[in-house]
Amino acid sequence: MEAKTDKEILRGGQFLVKETNCEDIFTPEDFNEEQKMMRDSVQEFVDREIIPHKERFEKKDYALTEEIMQKAGELGFLGVAVPEEYDGLGMGFVSTMLVCDYISGATGSIATAFGAHTGIGTMPITLYGTEEQKKKYVPKLATGEWFGAYCLTEPGAGSDANSGKTKAILSEDGKHYSISGQKMWISNAGFANVFIVFARIEDDKNITGFIVENDKENGISFGEEEKKLGIHSSSTRQVFFSETKVPVENMLAGRGEGFKIAMNALNVGRIKLAAACLDAQRRVTANAVQYANERVQFKTPIAQFGAIKQKLAEMATSAYVGESASYRAAKNIEDRINIRLESGNSHSEAELKGVEEYAIECSILKVACSEDIQNCSDEGIQVFGGMGFSADTPMEAAWRDARISRIYEGTNEINRMLSVGMLVKKAMKGHVDLLGPAQSVANELTSIPSFDKPDYSELFAEEKEMIKKLKKVFLMVAGSAVQKFGPQLEEHQQLLLAASDILIEVYMAESAILRTEKNAKRFGEDSQKEQIAMSQLYLYNAVETINAKAKEGIISFAEGDELRMMLMGLKRFTKYDNFPNVVKLRTQIADKLIAENKYCF
Amino acid sequence: MKILVCISHVPDTTSKINFTEGDSKFDTNGVQFVINPNDEFGLTRAMWFKEKQGASVDIINVGGPETEPTLRKALAIGADTAIRINTIPTDGFQVAKELAKVAGEGNYDLIICGRESIDYNGGMVPGLLAGMLKANFINTCIGLEVEGVKATAIREIDGGKETLTASLPLVIGGQKGIVEESDLKIPNMRGIMQARKKPLNVVEPSGAEAATKAVKFEKPAPKGDVKLIDPENLDQLIDLLHNEAKVI
Repeated sequence: MEAKTDKEILRGGQFLVKETNCEDIFTPEDFNEEQKMMRDSVQEFVDREIIPHKERFEKKDYALTEEIMQKAGELGFLGVAVPEEYDGLGMGFVSTMLVCDYISGATGSIATAFGAHTGIGTMPITLYGTEEQKKKYVPKLATGEWFGAYCLTEPGAGSDANSGKTKAILSEDGKHYSISGQKMWISNAGFANVFIVFARIEDDKNITGFIVENDKENGISFGEEEKKLGIHSSSTRQVFFSETKVPVENMLAGRGEGFKIAMNALNVGRIKLAAACLDAQRRVTANAVQYANERVQFKTPIAQFGAIKQKLAEMATSAYVGESASYRAAKNIEDRINIRLESGNSHSEAELKGVEEYAIECSILKVACSEDIQNCSDEGIQVFGGMGFSADTPMEAAWRDARISRIYEGTNEINRMLSVGMLVKKAMKGHVDLLGPAQSVANELTSIPSFDKPDYSELFAEEKEMIKKLKKVFLMVAGSAVQKFGPQLEEHQQLLLAASDILIEVYMAESAILRTEKNAKRFGEDSQKEQIAMSQLYLYNAVETINAKAKEGIISFAEGDELRMMLMGLKRFTKYDNFPNVVKLRTQIADKLIAENKYCF
Repeated sequence: MKILVCISHVPDTTSKINFTEGDSKFDTNGVQFVINPNDEFGLTRAMWFKEKQGASVDIINVGGPETEPTLRKALAIGADTAIRINTIPTDGFQVAKELAKVAGEGNYDLIICGRESIDYNGGMVPGLLAGMLKANFINTCIGLEVEGVKATAIREIDGGKETLTASLPLVIGGQKGIVEESDLKIPNMRGIMQARKKPLNVVEPSGAEAATKAVKFEKPAPKGDVKLIDPENLDQLIDLLHNEAKVI
C-alpha cells in the first residue's frame, strides 16, 4: 500500500476544522487478506486457549497468564510491532492494533498482561534504546522468552508521574547507578524478567528511565499480589528496589528524559488500550444477544422485548463506533510513520513522532472505548438479569475487568483534560488553525442564520451537516474559554472536562458516519442498513451529550448578552431539521442482531 | 516423501444454511468459509511428516478464486505450495477427475484427503482419486505412520480399530484421530507473512464433467412448539402421540 502524501492526511486534532472525505479514512473493511488471517488466527487462539479457561482466570491463576503469554510469544503475537532486525515482525500500526484488539476480548487479565508487556514493557527499549540495548533485550521480549514490566507509579506519584521519589545514585567509579525506591501497581511484576524503571538522579527536574534486569540478589523484592476488583489473573505487585545496581549503559535515552519516555509510551498505550476494549464489547454483545434469544419470560424470548432491544442496539453501536474511530486513527498514525520513514527518519523517530502527532486522538479513544466497554458490560449484566450478577455467567467478570481501563494509562479525567489542553497548545503553536475557525464561528453567532432549506436527500447529508455544526459548538465553547482564561484555562477542570466530551463525541460520531458512508458507496446502501442506523443513533446521542455539556460549560463562564447569544448559538448548532426516530433505529439494529444471534457488524 | 493434501473450502459449522435458485443451490451470502475439518486433521499430520521426516507438502483445491484465503491459511500453517484448479466443483466425480490429472503429474508418494467434506458429505473423492491414480487406498484413517515406502494406518471400524499396512503411493481418507483437535495448528504471525510469498499456482481445469447434478435441497422441517400435557391427562397424551406425532 502506498503511503499517502503529507498533504492528504489530517494532522492530529485537525479533524475539528477540516472536513474528511469518507474515501480517505481506513475502516476494518479495508483489512487486507493478511490482516484478516491475523485476526482469524488471534481469534482462534483466544477461543482455544483462553475461553476454555475463563474460570481459572477468575481464580487468580497467575501461572496460567504466564503460560498463555508464552504461547502468544510462540505464535508471534508479542513481536508484531517489533522491527524484523530484533526478531519481531515489523508490521504496520494497523496490524499491531488488530492483534491487540482481538487478543484482549476474552479476559482483562490477558489484555493487561499483553498490553503491559508489548506496549510499555517492550516499546520504550525499541523506541529509545541504544543499538546494544535493543540487541540485548528486544529479541527476547519479542519472542516471549522474557517478559517486561513498566515501573512508573509510586505511592506518592500516580497521575503526577514526574513526582516519583525513587532515586538513582551514580557510583563513585561512574560504572553503575544504585536505584532505591518503591513502585506500585506493577503489571506483570510476578513474572517479569526486565523492568523499565523510572528514577530521579540528584535533584533533576525530570526523572530518568533505566532498564533493570530482575535479580533477587540485586536488591529487588516484591509485595504480595494485590487484591483487585478485576483482572484477577494479571500479576500486580509492588516492586521494591534497594540499592539495586544498574550498569550506566542501561540508562534509557538521556538523563532526565524519563518523563518524555513515560508520556510517549503512554500515547501508544492509550490507543492500544482503546483497541483492547473493542473485542470485549463484541463478545459481551454477542453473549447478551444469545442469552436474550434463549431466555424466555412471559412465554417470549426476552430479545423480543423493546426494553432489551434498546440495550442490545446501544451495545452493538458502541462497539461499531469505537472500532470505526480506532482504526481510522490507527491508519492515520501508520501513514504518518511511513511518511517520516520515507523522509529519512529512523524507525524509532518515525514511530514516536507519528504517534505523538495523534496524541489527542489517542486520548479521545482511550476515554471513549474504556467507557463504552464499561457501559456495554453493565447493560450486558442487565440483559442477563439475576444471572448477570452471578460469577457463573461471563458478564460479571467482563464488568469487573472493564473498570480498570478507565484508570490505567492515565485516568479518563487526565486524558479528557489532556485532549483539550493538547489541542489548545497545537493551536497556539500554529500546528492546527483553530483560531481562524473559532473567530468565524463567533462572527456567525452575531449574524442572521440562513433560512434556506438544504437538500438532505443524499445519504448522511443532514448528519454530515450536523457534524459540522457540532464542531462549531466546540470552537465556540473552547474558543471563548481560551479568550477568557488564557493560560489559566487549565485550572478550570470542570470546563475542560465538558469541552473534552464535545471533542470526543464529535470524533466518534464522525468516524462512524465516514466508515458507513464509505462502505455504502462501495458495497451498496442496502448492505449497510443497520450500520447506517447505528451511525444515526450514535449521532443523536452525541448531539444530546454535546448539548448538555456545552450548556454546562457556557454557563460556567459567560454572562448576560454573551451567555444568551452563545446559548442561542448552541441551539442553532444542535438543531435537527428531521429528527431521526431513534426507537425505530434501535429496533432495526437489534432485530438484525437477534436474527444473526451474534455481533454481526 | 512428497505429500499432497486435498483441501476443501467449506462453510463454517455454525453457518446458517439457505438455498437459492429454486432450492437447487447453496446460498453463500454471509457465510464464513474454513478448511474442511477432516482435511485440516490431515494437513496437520502432513506438517508432522514435514517437521519430523523432511517431507514436502503441497496442497490442492478445486474451486474459484474465492477459495484462495482458505489455501493461504493452509500455507500459513506450513504447506509449501498451493495449487488451485480453477473451476467450480459440482460433484465428486468431477473433482476427483480434476485432482487425478494434477496429482498424477505431480508423482506424489502420499495423498491425504479428508474422509469427507462437511458441506455435501459425498465422501467419494478419496476412493475415486485412488482408483483413477491406481494407488492404494485406506479410508477413515485415525492414525498414519510412514517408513520408507511402507505406510501403517489405523482405521476406525465398528466397535474397534484395524491396523493396516500398505505401500506407497497411497491415498488416505483421514479424520479426527489422525491428529487430535489439540494438535491443530493456529497459523503463527511469521507463517502468515511467509504465506504471502509462497507459490499459489492456478491451473486451468481439464474440463472433466460431473456425473450427477443437484436438483433440489431440503432442510429438515422446523420443529413445532412443545405441547405440555397435564400428567393426569394420559389419554390425551396417547392420542397426540398416536394421531398427531404418529410415533406409537
